[in-house]
Amino acid sequence: MQRDRPSPRTHIRAFRLNGRAREILVADSELLLDTLREALGLTGTKQGCDGGECGACTVLIDGRPRLACLTRTEECAGHDVETIEGLAENGRMSRLQRAFHERLGTQCGYCTPGMIIAAEGLLRRDPAPDETAIRAALAGNLCRCTGYVKIIEAVQEAARGAP
Amino acid sequence: MEIMPRFDVLRPTSVAAAIDDSRRCQASRFVAGGTDLMVNLRHGLGTPETLIDLRHIPELREISAGESGIAIGAAVTLADLAANPEIRQRYPAIVAAACAVGAPAHREAGTIGGNLCLDTRCLFYNRSAWWREANDFCLKHQGETCHVAPTGKRCHAAFSGDLAPALLIHDAEIEIAGAAGPRRVPLADLYAEDGAAHLRLARGEFLVRIHLPADPWPAAYAKARTRGAIDFPLAGVAVALRAEAGKVTGLRVALTGTNARPFLLTGIEALENACIDAAWLDRLAKLVQKQVSPMRTTLLAAQYRRRVASALAQRLARALGGMVTENSTAA
Ligand SMILES: Cc1cc2nc3c(=O)[nH]c(=O)nc-3n(C[C@H](O)[C@H](O)[C@H](O)COP(=O)(O)OP(=O)(O)OC[C@H]3O[C@@H](n4cnc5c(N)ncnc54)[C@H](O)[C@@H]3O)c2cc1C
Ligand code: SF4
Ligand code: FES
Ligand code: FES
Repeated sequence: MQRDRPSPRTHIRAFRLNGRAREILVADSELLLDTLREALGLTGTKQGCDGGECGACTVLIDGRPRLACLTRTEECAGHDVETIEGLAENGRMSRLQRAFHERLGTQCGYCTPGMIIAAEGLLRRDPAPDETAIRAALAGNLCRCTGYVKIIEAVQEAARGAP
Repeated sequence: MEIMPRFDVLRPTSVAAAIDDSRRCQASRFVAGGTDLMVNLRHGLGTPETLIDLRHIPELREISAGESGIAIGAAVTLADLAANPEIRQRYPAIVAAACAVGAPAHREAGTIGGNLCLDTRCLFYNRSAWWREANDFCLKHQGETCHVAPTGKRCHAAFSGDLAPALLIHDAEIEIAGAAGPRRVPLADLYAEDGAAHLRLARGEFLVRIHLPADPWPAAYAKARTRGAIDFPLAGVAVALRAEAGKVTGLRVALTGTNARPFLLTGIEALENACIDAAWLDRLAKLVQKQVSPMRTTLLAAQYRRRVASALAQRLARALGGMVTENSTAA
């Protein structure tokens, strides 16, 4: 949400979003989280905190985890942005998403998109992470429901093979 | 929901262009990863009309190793810094400090320059605009009294970046660019003991590079924090220690999280040319406790931060001195 000030200059910014080329008109000060949720209707990415503390807004930029609530949309120009909406393959949940579903790695679901994206970023770099690596990769993602154990198990399950 | 002020962003691609942009736009701020600045702007702590993003200047993104040491560009991310083979091999304390910052997503965006120029922190400052307004603001921003020390006239907000102590113990130097020309100074000279004005940078000056000497002493870094997974240091300690035949021949200790600036412990020479025993560790602890000055700027008591700082210094010195140490859990 932005306070009105005179001359909010906007620019056309081009980037890839979930594998498709996009061009949008945004103000430099607009946060990626707001662009995704308000302008593009991709509400899978959540806002959970005042800024940077909960991980609910985690997205991948060039395959690396980033927080959409601290990132300006302008910064994404020329880069590759992926959100939870981009993970399903041909309308089916990805292996990681199915593991969260079947291993009860999700309860209320609010933290889940951020958790899954952070785990996805890890599995792409390290397809067989140990528990320490999984915990380190998810350190910035808060969950009020699961107690984390089921989340770790879900990522381990996905790393082992299709659940 | 927090309200983000409107601003434009400039993306200079050279040091000269950045200096120029900053001269033209008086109401501008530099930004790198934005992991500190964007949160503060959302809290109404500043309303710049323009941000100057330093990450498009190629020389600020490079790490170069040579005979005389290593030069790290100010806009190198903490993730890239911690993954660099040269840094990993020669400067374990810097890797430990970089990996202790936030969570992976913060380290992917956050830079070393942003970490060194981090704003100071306080329980009455890192709050939303409406919270601070309801509390009558404070001396550091928009207000007149310090809520931590109301009778005083200065701000005690704590510098809480993890990297500074790990660089100070190696006598790092920084290269600064600005309208008045480039300068190179010891990192220690960047800081002043004033929570409301802790950086000695003229308007428009920014960090270009950090220089480290080639032959560092063995070193380590550890911090105590409230939230174990990710959090700013309540106290962070870096120790460099050289020992020969069981004797300490060189020692440096630097701290963060306890004062308005990160600093090197002074009077440390008195602990050199001695063996590390219980009495030596006691003297080290006393020296730390005397020079730190934590105030009630965090939820935890200042006295706890004072004691944990000295305990961490002892633990690191023992480990580096080759003494058996109990399992380190505070890092
Ligand atoms: C939840 C959370 C947890 C965090 N935990 C930690 C932690 O444990 N330890 C820690 O140290 N930090 C922590 N941080 C803070 C931050 O993520 C890091 O310190 C990071 O390294 C800041 O770098 P940046 O590039 O994002 O800085 P920015 O936000 O881009 O900049 C910070 C300040 O430095 C100035 N600046 C940036 N680059 C330069 C330059 N080259 N020259 C001059 N000025 C410059 C900016 O103008 C701004 O005032 C945390 C942040 C969050 C949100
Ligand atoms: S130490 Fe005092 S002046 Fe400084 S931020 Fe805290 S309350 Fe404000
Ligand atoms: S909404 Fe981005 S970290 Fe909480
Ligand atoms: S499932 Fe509810 S917050 Fe994680």
